[in-house]
Amino acid sequence: MTRAEISLSVNGEPVEVTFAPYKTLLELLREDLALTGTKHGCELGECGACAVLIDGEPQLSCLLLALECAGRSVETVEGMAESWQSGAGLHPLQAAFADLGAAQCGYCTPGILLTAKALLAHEPEPSRERIQEAISGNLCRCTGYQQIVEAIEEGARRMADESHR
Amino acid sequence: MKVIGKPRRRVDGRAKVTGLTRFADDVVLPRMLHMKMLRSPHPHALIESIDVSRAAAYAGVHLVLTGKDFPASFGILPITQDEYPLAPEHVRYIGDPVAAVVARDEQTACEALELIEVRYQPLDTISSPEEALAKPEPRLHAYSERGNIHRLQAFQFGDADAAIAQSDYVFEDLFFYEGNTHLPIEQHACVAALDADGKLTLWSSTQVPHYVHRALARVLQMPASQIRVIATPNGGGFGGKCDVCNHEMVAGKAAMMLGRPVKICLTREEVFYMHRGRHPVLMKFRTGVSKDGKLTGMHLQTLVDGGAYGSYGVASTFYTGALQTVTYELPRYQFEAARVFTNKPPCGPKRGHGTPQPRFGQEIQLDKIAERLGKDPAELRLGMLVKPNSLTANWLKIGSIGLEQCIRTVVERSDWKQRFRKMGPGRGLGLACGSYLCGAGLPIYWNKMPQSGVQMLLDRSGQITVFCGATEIGQGSDDVLAAIVAEVLGVDPQEVRCITGDTGITPVDLGSYSSRVTVMMGNAAIHAAEKLKAMLAEAAAEELEVVPDRLQFANGHVSFDARSLTFAEAVVLAEVKFGTLGAVGSYSPPRAPGRYKGAGVGPSPAYSYSACVVEAEVDAATGWIRIPKIWIAHDIGRTINPVLARGQVEGSVYMGLSEALMEEQVFRRLPAKLSRALVHKFPSLLEYKSITSLDMPEVDTVLIEDPDPNCPFGAKEVGQGPLLPVMPAVANAIYDAVGVRIDELPITPDKVMRALELKAAGKPARVGPEHFPAVPYPAPIVVPPPWEGGDGKEAKRDDAAAVV
Ligand code: FES
Ligand code: FES
Repeated sequence: MTRAEISLSVNGEPVEVTFAPYKTLLELLREDLALTGTKHGCELGECGACAVLIDGEPQLSCLLLALECAGRSVETVEGMAESWQSGAGLHPLQAAFADLGAAQCGYCTPGILLTAKALLAHEPEPSRERIQEAISGNLCRCTGYQQIVEAIEEGARRMADESHR
Repeated sequence: MKVIGKPRRRVDGRAKVTGLTRFADDVVLPRMLHMKMLRSPHPHALIESIDVSRAAAYAGVHLVLTGKDFPASFGILPITQDEYPLAPEHVRYIGDPVAAVVARDEQTACEALELIEVRYQPLDTISSPEEALAKPEPRLHAYSERGNIHRLQAFQFGDADAAIAQSDYVFEDLFFYEGNTHLPIEQHACVAALDADGKLTLWSSTQVPHYVHRALARVLQMPASQIRVIATPNGGGFGGKCDVCNHEMVAGKAAMMLGRPVKICLTREEVFYMHRGRHPVLMKFRTGVSKDGKLTGMHLQTLVDGGAYGSYGVASTFYTGALQTVTYELPRYQFEAARVFTNKPPCGPKRGHGTPQPRFGQEIQLDKIAERLGKDPAELRLGMLVKPNSLTANWLKIGSIGLEQCIRTVVERSDWKQRFRKMGPGRGLGLACGSYLCGAGLPIYWNKMPQSGVQMLLDRSGQITVFCGATEIGQGSDDVLAAIVAEVLGVDPQEVRCITGDTGITPVDLGSYSSRVTVMMGNAAIHAAEKLKAMLAEAAAEELEVVPDRLQFANGHVSFDARSLTFAEAVVLAEVKFGTLGAVGSYSPPRAPGRYKGAGVGPSPAYSYSACVVEAEVDAATGWIRIPKIWIAHDIGRTINPVLARGQVEGSVYMGLSEALMEEQVFRRLPAKLSRALVHKFPSLLEYKSITSLDMPEVDTVLIEDPDPNCPFGAKEVGQGPLLPVMPAVANAIYDAVGVRIDELPITPDKVMRALELKAAGKPARVGPEHFPAVPYPAPIVVPPPWEGGDGKEAKRDDAAAVV
């Protein structure tokens, strides 16, 4: 079987990886890079569980060929805490999700965290409606979304507080 | 209390937000192989032959299995062991697995599946309950009660028909509740592997590792002591991972044969075929009501579409009738039910298990009753609530009931009195209530052992380890366990290490279903923790020179006034005094008073209650329904962690609303030029509609605390009950908004439009089932209710006549 090889940046670290060329980014992350924090619920672009950030923008990793990601910068949930210089070891969004019940089973959580992070990068103080819109492609079967929306609002507040400190 | 009732980050919160929770598909082992299953493309057929030779010879394939490799059947209920890991000769739904390939990777396994040649002889399809009743042949299962009727049940608790006939008012209504599925975002997955010592371990996204353990022993025909099942945290369950699954059995077998780890993760489409979801149920309610608004009797008939296998169906069918008595006083009750087999994925337990369907009917009928009697629907209900510490007509023992406060709370917060029937065209409010079990009183297989066990370990480092078979499915069972232990021992819950859901090292707990975990595991945990606390107190008391029961356990200290030890110091003293420190606790529910055949379904240590008001806006031009707000109050007994409890309530409201408005697991016939096969209409997350963040209304949640003495710190369930009132409250709100009754779910804009057109034409403004087919219900089991001199047993025919 022919193998493909690319270099890319994953969670801020340069990575060179060889893989079966038909693989999606989701498979590359989970199977070849052992980053199993990225989840899947359909592998058809329907659930949002596999969302990661590519050059800072949320993308469904199940719909991207790994080959398309050569030279790009990928951020997964594993890199979130490090992307924020907080002493607590968690990104403020992660901490807010854990504190406010936004993660029940936690399966949709990585995708929603990264989607929320991208939203806050553009709009540090989004309205409730904007948050609901931003995560409307991420299905969560457990929470009814309300605690997720509240945790994103709280995360935004904590990010503002921590950056002003 | 220091821990119970305080909002907290859940103990597994960090794992969940860092991607470190290890779900089943995240388990990766050295030399692991991958498995795929070949599934029947026919809804009903006999297998004439299977040729696997090309697949077996394909490069990279390690093993191909078919039905002949599995002589033993399995099933979740002992009375319906009707499934095979791979169908040997008869397939009964599209998706029924017939063969499996194990290969070096998923891609190779998929390619090899294509090389398996199966010759089928198609059979006629049984597509609906009506067809199942009419056509005994082709018969899906030889063991069914008759033809394609899987099971018939009939009970009479007092002569309900006579009571109804003598009532001031009689209401007769038909309702239909469409089937729907759990849709956990995590697809089912498992990994099977042989340990170094040759024993089998299975990691699986299951809610019931103990039952999977038993089924594996039966199917693989090996001693249960050689098998270990580890339930990985479930990425959502909702009942969808409560059954024993084909792929778990097949992966176990493959790992045994190959001596290498074998993984399978189902595709989303396969999850739709796995199903075990909400049964479609047709219901007929005949209810008698007195002028002053009391129920005199109810006669309920249900017809349950079971799909292709038994699954939990016998229990589900009982549940379509068992809990009609626990909310409102019902002096006489007759219940008849039938479950039929059809050529569709098997139905089973989904959140609320068998009770949302009749609850939908009952609460809409109460709305109709209130209107006819000219009473406010909330007042009508308040006038007929079951009393605490009472017995029901079908011999269920009710403990605490906080429903009155739930109703008053949602009435007040929604401004019901000012707004109901007064909101103007297109806008309305609807109210409904619900009740649910806090754990099924009986285990699935008959035994007298505890239903939950907890084992604890303390050591001189001060660490606390708790072992329990309970399964974390997202609901927070680990957090409940840690909180209860922490409360008893006076430490922070984050200090408690929970090791759960592992049949190799944790005491048996029957699993995460029937809302049993908080009550059963919680009571077992208190039992164990109190034993250790007593040892610590005795040792610490000597050191501090006080009597043991004067000691306070709080904030990581054991103290009396100013004299104080750290928790770890107390452990050291106790370890010196007693040796290695451990304790076990167990829980068995109280024996239920019902003694008749069928009395096993319905009893519970306690019942939770909820009341809900839904606000609806209906566009009369399009039928479009918008739900701006929902108020819900839930009698939880006692809240353990309000953050999680609120999440359970809101998640239930979400799921109930989604069922009310859009979710349906439905089937269609392919056109004649194809096969005319009965296929799933839309086995995909995109087409199977569910509510997104954009559709979700604001939910106002209130937790009502009416502690129940059977429950740990009084805490009842919260994971399922709050779903129950939502669907009927939506239907009642739509009636308030536009004056049409939609007596079936889901309530979609086209049904609303149809009802509005009927209304405009001066016809009854109702969309719902029009007729209930003739079902050959048997003569009922006659059990006099407590107030008619019964003793909980079936009356002999002669006594029955005397009682009537
Ligand atoms: S797995 Fe990518 S959207 Fe569902
Ligand atoms: S927390 Fe379970 S799917 Fe969102």
